[in-house]
Amino acid sequence: MKFLDPRVNRLNLPKEYNEGFEEAQELDQWQTYEVFHQRSRGEQHVHVGCVHAPSAELALLFAKEQYARRSKCTNLWVVKTADITPSDYEDEDIFIPSVDKTYREAYGYKVRPLINTFTQNSSSESVVKVFIQEITNSKGKKTYIIKK
Amino acid sequence: MKPEVLEALKKYLFQLADDELIIGHRNSEWTGLGPILEEDIAFASMAQDEIGHAQAFYLILHELGEQDPDTLAFYRSYKMFKCCHLVEYPIGEYDFSLVRHLLYDVQEMIRLKALSHSKYEPLAHLASKLIREEKYHYMHAVTWFQQLSNGGEEARIRMQNAFDLAYPLAFSLFEISDYHAILEKESFIISEKELENQWIQEIQSIVQKTPIIMPSVEDKTLHYGGRVGKHSEHLEPLVNEMSEVFVIDPTAKW
Repeated sequence: MKFLDPRVNRLNLPKEYNEGFEEAQELDQWQTYEVFHQRSRGEQHVHVGCVHAPSAELALLFAKEQYARRSKCTNLWVVKTADITPSDYEDEDIFIPSVDKTYREAYGYKVRPLINTFTQNSSSESVVKVFIQEITNSKGKKTYIIKK
Repeated sequence: MKPEVLEALKKYLFQLADDELIIGHRNSEWTGLGPILEEDIAFASMAQDEIGHAQAFYLILHELGEQDPDTLAFYRSYKMFKCCHLVEYPIGEYDFSLVRHLLYDVQEMIRLKALSHSKYEPLAHLASKLIREEKYHYMHAVTWFQQLSNGGEEARIRMQNAFDLAYPLAFSLFEISDYHAILEKESFIISEKELENQWIQEIQSIVQKTPIIMPSVEDKTLHYGGRVGKHSEHLEPLVNEMSEVFVIDPTAKW
């Protein structure tokens, strides 16, 4: 049995779960729309869930009540669930690197707090040239310090 | 404020508050029974908004010397209500409730816009605040109405029948009573007649985008009476049910 919600089909449920249901008629259920919520302008839209709706316009109206009632919202997107092409969980291993590639991870660049501290401590009037020095400790952990 | 103006203002505030409370209560009857989960939540949420609007109008009345909002809502005889017949009618099937929601909320949007220019400052201030919430009600009603009217044959027929039933009733929203003229003179409100004309135009422009045919209404006063306490048979049982819990112990703390 094919379900109207493609996410259910993707689950590949065992046959016994499919027995005893009447075959769904065309338009038996509305299609689903995925909802993306933007908290304030400039921020990214974040996926928050889905709604059933007969049209994109109504999906937006439903999304407002389901997902934008209790927290700040400035904009919503709705996208037909069927229009999303997912990767396969069977292929999850493609995301796991075989060799150490931590150099690609940008964790070391979190220098904003340091820059903020530095700016607060220095006079706002004078322009000071600074450079950032990378220090690796004995355990291989990298830290950064700001020098004048 | 002159005593006769104050008296007229109070009557008008009761008209506003009672319409909101009764339509809110009626629409809340769909809670848990809506056609689908998403619509159930949206409709219940809007019903709650309307009751919130009622509370805000009762609060102005309270500041003008009337009793507190809870007492005004739950401890008055139905004969003292000033709501119109449109809001009193039972929810019927979902088609009727949706069309009533359209006719009512288009009216509310137009009324609030006019009231936001009221010379009576507390009312103008409140109206401007409520418009924000009302905009969603308007969008919800218009989108649904046009979606279903332009949908399949069954949907179109249901919307037409519901429209034929609700549209003549909706003229009760604009019933003219003695207090309106006093408030017009003070520039507190614009006339019910002018609101009605704006409303007819707005409804026409919405209906034009559908195959729905506007019924002709020969006697617009047919369902008048609500503003002077002459209600349809449906209000008394509603008020009794609505206040059932409150009257058991009016002093109970919630």
